[in-house]
Amino acid sequence: MRLPAQLILGGVLTALFLAAALISFVWTPHDVASLSIPDKLQDPSATYWLGTDHFGRDTLSMLMVGARTSIAVALVAVGIGIGLGVPLGLLAAAYRGSLLDEVVMRGNDLIFAFPALVIAILITAVFGPSALNAILAIGIFNIPVFARVTRGGALSLWTLDYVLAARVAGKGRFRISYEHILPNILNLLIVQGTIQFSLGILAEAALSYIGLGAQPPLPSWGRMLADAQTMIYTDARLAILPGLAIVAMVLGLNLMGDGLRDVLDPRVRRARG
Amino acid sequence: MLRFALNRALSLGLSLLVASVVIFAVIEVIPGDPAAFMLGLNAQPEAVEALRDQLGLNGSLISRYLGWLGGMLTGDFGVSYTYKVPVSELILQRLWVSLPLALYALILSTLIAFPVGLIAAARRGSATDYGIMGATQLGIAVPNFWFAMLLVLVFAVNLRWFSAGGFPGWDAGIGPALKALTLPAVALALPQASILARVMRSALIETLGQDYIRTARAKGLTRRQATTRHALRNAMIPVLTIIGLQFSFLLAGAIIIENVFYLPGLGRLIFQGITQRDLIVVESLVMILVFAVILVTFLVDIAYAAVDPRLRRRA
Repeated sequence: MRLPAQLILGGVLTALFLAAALISFVWTPHDVASLSIPDKLQDPSATYWLGTDHFGRDTLSMLMVGARTSIAVALVAVGIGIGLGVPLGLLAAAYRGSLLDEVVMRGNDLIFAFPALVIAILITAVFGPSALNAILAIGIFNIPVFARVTRGGALSLWTLDYVLAARVAGKGRFRISYEHILPNILNLLIVQGTIQFSLGILAEAALSYIGLGAQPPLPSWGRMLADAQTMIYTDARLAILPGLAIVAMVLGLNLMGDGLRDVLDPRVRRARG
Repeated sequence: MLRFALNRALSLGLSLLVASVVIFAVIEVIPGDPAAFMLGLNAQPEAVEALRDQLGLNGSLISRYLGWLGGMLTGDFGVSYTYKVPVSELILQRLWVSLPLALYALILSTLIAFPVGLIAAARRGSATDYGIMGATQLGIAVPNFWFAMLLVLVFAVNLRWFSAGGFPGWDAGIGPALKALTLPAVALALPQASILARVMRSALIETLGQDYIRTARAKGLTRRQATTRHALRNAMIPVLTIIGLQFSFLLAGAIIIENVFYLPGLGRLIFQGITQRDLIVVESLVMILVFAVILVTFLVDIAYAAVDPRLRRRA
């Protein structure tokens, strides 16, 4: 089967940022923690490939570590969503129409009704601004998303013959959910996971931008943009580069999500073909 | 229809009640004593205690919750700790910035998304379609606050067509006020327009494939007639849902944009409320935003059921 172009493009972009984030653990062109005022606001050069900020920190190094922050926050937030949302969705589908199903779905609606950003701000305000609390704030809103996708996917599977056969064979609802339902909705979860991952990157950037995400000295893309805003008259480069990084990362993930959907979902494939 | 509406109204009320409990509980957890915060570091303990009494902070949890809820139902949101004015007054005043901003952005987003989505759907698979889809893909990936900064960079710093922020107030006239809201509205509208255009396109493509469109074409309607008379109306259901969702999102999303442009709206109010421990402002504002979101969803649901009898059975 031929891979869709968007999957390849998205995959390459995503891999690029993942690699930059991983490399930043062992090597960055310069130390992001070291301030060097004489070198402040330099234009790109052989020493500083993308120039320096108002503290003389190397922009490329900051972007690399920022990628690490963004990816870590978004990834763990998706993990929270999957870890809690998927079991809830599976349970709701297994006991369709029961009180449990009703409670899970109403709870979902309730979380959806809250303006996510407002609540994220509220959470970080209650527990103090930090990358960890940003993860929690973003993660909570991933739970209903995964619960809904899981329940929807699982419900259609519960009506199929092979599930009926498993029930006749005496398997319990838990075991069927785990052995037969879960593997068959994995493609849905992968696609949704990619989407939530990209939304997480955007949310982290927004929270850091208003000062409620990663705290200095930990570099993050949102934080870099907030710093750059005050210098927009003097050095526009600092306001442009972190934004480009966010756009490229999110675009890569979205393209990859769309591409994965095309490959993994037979219905879409048929509709296209 | 009436049963459907009552049913939805009941669940609306229930959601609001649960939301109010959650918000109240969250606010209770916030560390820091507003009374101590207001009086400063050197305040006498007696003075702090007296102020706590005056603010009603010493009552039991339940009595404070009921007091807050009862107050909101009668339009009394309490008095802001920091601004020393009724919260309802503050909110009303700020609403005159945030609401027009959200509406402005919604109108822009719809005006862009409709024709763009329509063209993409009508020329499905063409280079135009791919171009539009690529552009919307990019629009979704752009964080609105960064787009706002770019707009400032181009139109305020370089071209000097707009000011980089601030709001003259509606007293200065509609023209200057709208001008001050233009860059923020554009920044808010772009990602929303991208999403809406994609929804519009896929909804239209879906309806254009229906049998009744083929029937309409067989009757002798041109492609354009079939699209505008039959497909467009039926494609509106998902599109309207998204517009409803977007309005509440725009209202809440304005928090960040208002901070970029220093607009005195609800977003800045909530942000300042949090940093200044002005809890009564924060909890009332969050409650109002949640109320707005739930209400819009409710109204959209009712509107559909009124238009499309098939949807009433769902309830």
